[in-house]
Amino acid sequence: MKRVYVNPEVCIGCKLCELACLTEHSQSKDLIIAYREERMQGLLPRNTVEESGWITASLNCRHCAEPYCIQACISGALTKDAESGRVVYEEEQCVGCWSCLMACPFGAIKRHPIKEKIVKCDLCPERSIPACVSACPNQALTFEEK
Amino acid sequence: MKYLIIGNGVSSIGAIEGIRKLDQESEILVISEEEFPTYGRPLISYYLAGKIGDDRVWLRKKDFYSKNKVTLKLQQKVTALKLAEKRVVLQGGEEERYDKLLIATGGTPFCPPIEGSQGEDVYFFTTLAHAKKLDANCANLKKVVVIGGGLIGLKAAESLFDRGVEVSIVELAPRVLSAAFDDTAGNIVAKRLKELGFNIYCNTTAKEIKRTEEGRVKGVLLQSGEFLEADAVVIAIGVVPNLTLAKEAGLKVNRGILVDKKLQTSEVDVYAAGDVAEAYDFLVGENRVVPIWPNAYSQGFISGQNMAGANRDYTGGIPMNSIGFYGLSTISIGLVNPPEGQGFEISTYVDEEEEIYRKLVFKDNFLVGCVLVGDVDMAGRYAGYIRFKVPITEDKVKAHLINNQPTYLEWPEEMFQAQWNSAARIR
Amino acid sequence: MLYRPINQNYHDFIVQRDRELCINCRVCERQCSYLVHYWDENRKQVMHDNAKCVGCHRCEALCPTGAIVIRHNPSQFRENSHWKPWFIKNVYKQADGGGVLLGAMGNPQPYPIYWDRLLLDASQVTNPSIDPLREPMELRTYLGSKPDSLEFEEKEGKPSLKTKLSPQIKLNYPIMFSAMSYGSINFNLHIAMARAATELGIVYNTGEGGLHPDLYQYGPNTIVQVASGRFGVHRDYLNAAEGSDALSPAPHHDIYSIEDLRQLIYALKEATEYRVPVSVKIAAVHNAAAIASGIVRAGADIVAVDGFRGGTGAAPTMIRDNVGIPAELALAAIDQRLRDEGIRNRASVVIAGGIRCSADVVKAIALGADAVYIGSAALVAVGCTMCQRCYTGKCPWGIATNVPSLARRQNPEIAKQKLVNLVRGWAHEIEEMLGGMGLNSIESLRGNREKLRAVGLNEVELDIFGVKPAGR
Repeated sequence: MKRVYVNPEVCIGCKLCELACLTEHSQSKDLIIAYREERMQGLLPRNTVEESGWITASLNCRHCAEPYCIQACISGALTKDAESGRVVYEEEQCVGCWSCLMACPFGAIKRHPIKEKIVKCDLCPERSIPACVSACPNQALTFEEK
Repeated sequence: MKYLIIGNGVSSIGAIEGIRKLDQESEILVISEEEFPTYGRPLISYYLAGKIGDDRVWLRKKDFYSKNKVTLKLQQKVTALKLAEKRVVLQGGEEERYDKLLIATGGTPFCPPIEGSQGEDVYFFTTLAHAKKLDANCANLKKVVVIGGGLIGLKAAESLFDRGVEVSIVELAPRVLSAAFDDTAGNIVAKRLKELGFNIYCNTTAKEIKRTEEGRVKGVLLQSGEFLEADAVVIAIGVVPNLTLAKEAGLKVNRGILVDKKLQTSEVDVYAAGDVAEAYDFLVGENRVVPIWPNAYSQGFISGQNMAGANRDYTGGIPMNSIGFYGLSTISIGLVNPPEGQGFEISTYVDEEEEIYRKLVFKDNFLVGCVLVGDVDMAGRYAGYIRFKVPITEDKVKAHLINNQPTYLEWPEEMFQAQWNSAARIR
Repeated sequence: MLYRPINQNYHDFIVQRDRELCINCRVCERQCSYLVHYWDENRKQVMHDNAKCVGCHRCEALCPTGAIVIRHNPSQFRENSHWKPWFIKNVYKQADGGGVLLGAMGNPQPYPIYWDRLLLDASQVTNPSIDPLREPMELRTYLGSKPDSLEFEEKEGKPSLKTKLSPQIKLNYPIMFSAMSYGSINFNLHIAMARAATELGIVYNTGEGGLHPDLYQYGPNTIVQVASGRFGVHRDYLNAAEGSDALSPAPHHDIYSIEDLRQLIYALKEATEYRVPVSVKIAAVHNAAAIASGIVRAGADIVAVDGFRGGTGAAPTMIRDNVGIPAELALAAIDQRLRDEGIRNRASVVIAGGIRCSADVVKAIALGADAVYIGSAALVAVGCTMCQRCYTGKCPWGIATNVPSLARRQNPEIAKQKLVNLVRGWAHEIEEMLGGMGLNSIESLRGNREKLRAVGLNEVELDIFGVKPAGR
């Protein structure tokens, strides 16, 4: 399946990917409203730009072939879509037990800041290329089959 | 090819999903004693607390069995295994044939020999049926004693407390959560629970459950001599593997059913997975029963794959628990109470005011365990360091771990490329 | 501003931040290597310090809400055609610091730009134009010494070339990437240039900083430079490449005469076993034509001439702005001189310094160049905004910097593609212009000054260019 890959060699740490993710997953689909208002109501980017000194990289869910998070999920909120390969998250089912957050060795799952729910990358099902990849100004993120 | 799975917990689901990745056609039969299709067993505390209803306890969608072409037989007990004939005997004498068999019967609550424990008003808390029974009677309960201060006990206590019941917890060990967590974490949780109004009695246990003349529970007499009034008792001391079938059929058992790296029992074509199995444990490097949800799934998955012809090794899970009490999240991963004098190095951080606690256990250049209370956001990253045995060679990296700033960017380059940046097919 | 030398308020740029649009996401702060943007903890918003802005536009380019515009500081001194603000501010700077003013990139002063005074011909009626989309068009160029005459002999009943040809550099397009050292720009761009040159079938020049071993594989598309410092020069280096480019400004301590130069040229030829042509690069200076003649006679296969618009990573501003002559004039003079002396065939002439577009290339070739070097244009292709602060080493575009966090802003893959696109685009335009003039090969244009006409030049300039005024 196609996944988002990161090349830390050319990640410039601008965090535009986080902003794109935030916007894509907002109600308004408007960066300014998403950042100023919806963020205050708990909207979070699904990805995280990691930093270690000057080395940076944007990381998000790997949509593993055999995901640890699904093993750990007690509520059936996380499932692997056989067709697309995506690790699909149904928020209504989630009870906020943080088992997946604990199990994911990539730390790709976040807690919702307000609700007892998790937040994770959905690979932007409404887009042909995930928002973070489209927004990356230096092609440090690519969406491809490897 | 016919697959037969005894039990319908998460191992069974893992097995079905593991089989169906490789074999979409052959018959799968699941036999379960329970009356419900698969549900999220830990969800029963959410159910009892009233946080979720009947619509949300299911672990998979309604059409899971039909989509995966699984025949599900509920409320049927397997009474014997005829290994030589590759058949199992159901209660009532009916028999089912199999080509590959998975025993995923899980565990049953352990009930110590306490006087008065037999009879009405004594509950267990490991199945949805248990939860439904408690739920139905909850309105009549004012005071409940929970025997056992482990994960199940505390979750039962919390649920009942949420329903307005006065709860006392009795724990034999010096503190709650003694098995999965360490002293400090246990104490932080205990402190939080006490503040909320739970009664906690440690270093003691129930000597006798006192009953009225009508046979109803009226209280619990502790070893310490104290008497706790109660309308009901929940026994949550732990679960023991359901070994009866395996033992009687002559499979090799120890504390659980012994399985090899392929999760096959001492009998060819017969596999075991989950809480009933004694499988390889990555951390201690030997077989043991680790009754942990993710391991149960993963053992189910691998055994399912192997039954379908994959020949995969189960590389061993890591014990891990995530449990929250009223917004106080706690997570433990790996080895959290290491034996003294074996070269383990422990780093801790405590902020009692903020209820934040972090304990990391290092051995040589590796992280082998951690306890997180309050701030658990980095749990997965720590899990990654533990699971992938990421070498920590630089002081800077260790300092980042200790300061709650673990990052994959400090994994060795080859590991990052292999694990993070590749197809992420790992287990 | 408090605690600051008073004249720092006479800064060149102001950051205009539209607070309606700014979301305080701090992208600008992370992008600015001059620390113009910063997070103000008290105000809980991103603020900026105009005095530090160099006008590179990186923040403006990356701002996700388009909230930033970089403007010239509208603050004006009293109008004075003699004491322009440039001079006033420089005096302030030097009065504060007492040092030499530093500058970078080419001479930005308003000297005449002769490219803009020369116009190309187009075929009308009497000779047909050629459509390069339908008919073959040859841009291939060989750089190197050409023989005075060709001799043939018969071998096995077939004619064959008897004359031994000098080594040549084969270029698919008459465009090369200028000498920009690994140091003045970074490794990412060196890789990009090397790969682009390879893909295009042209060459790039290593500049004086030596050659990273990883780049030896691009040798066939590389010119290695032997500059005054002799940095990184050794046998492997010389032999890694397709061509050797000797010399750049200011003293080569082993060259005090044309004879010394001849020795170096032949030393390089010996070292490379006469496999590659040797190019000698000089700055376009007053008597460039005579120097070029001497260089050719000393045995150089290529003469490269760099005009005063040519970029540099760092130079004293006074030198950059006041030394040298326009490349256009130097080129015309050199080409004419070599022709007059009957030695034009003995070396190729390459012109560099301020080539901005394909029309400049065409005009240069009509004035006698065999090929051009592009440096600044290549950098602009990968994002350079000509802020002229290369000497700080903090280029926010990741070009003129080796700071790892900045250099990574140039993804070699993207940079390579941009360079390839630029040269391909120019090549299409060159073909169109050639076709328009009724020519189907770049060879037919070389030194063909009849294809040029000048506007607004005086008699002497026309004479030097050998170009008729427009209308004649």
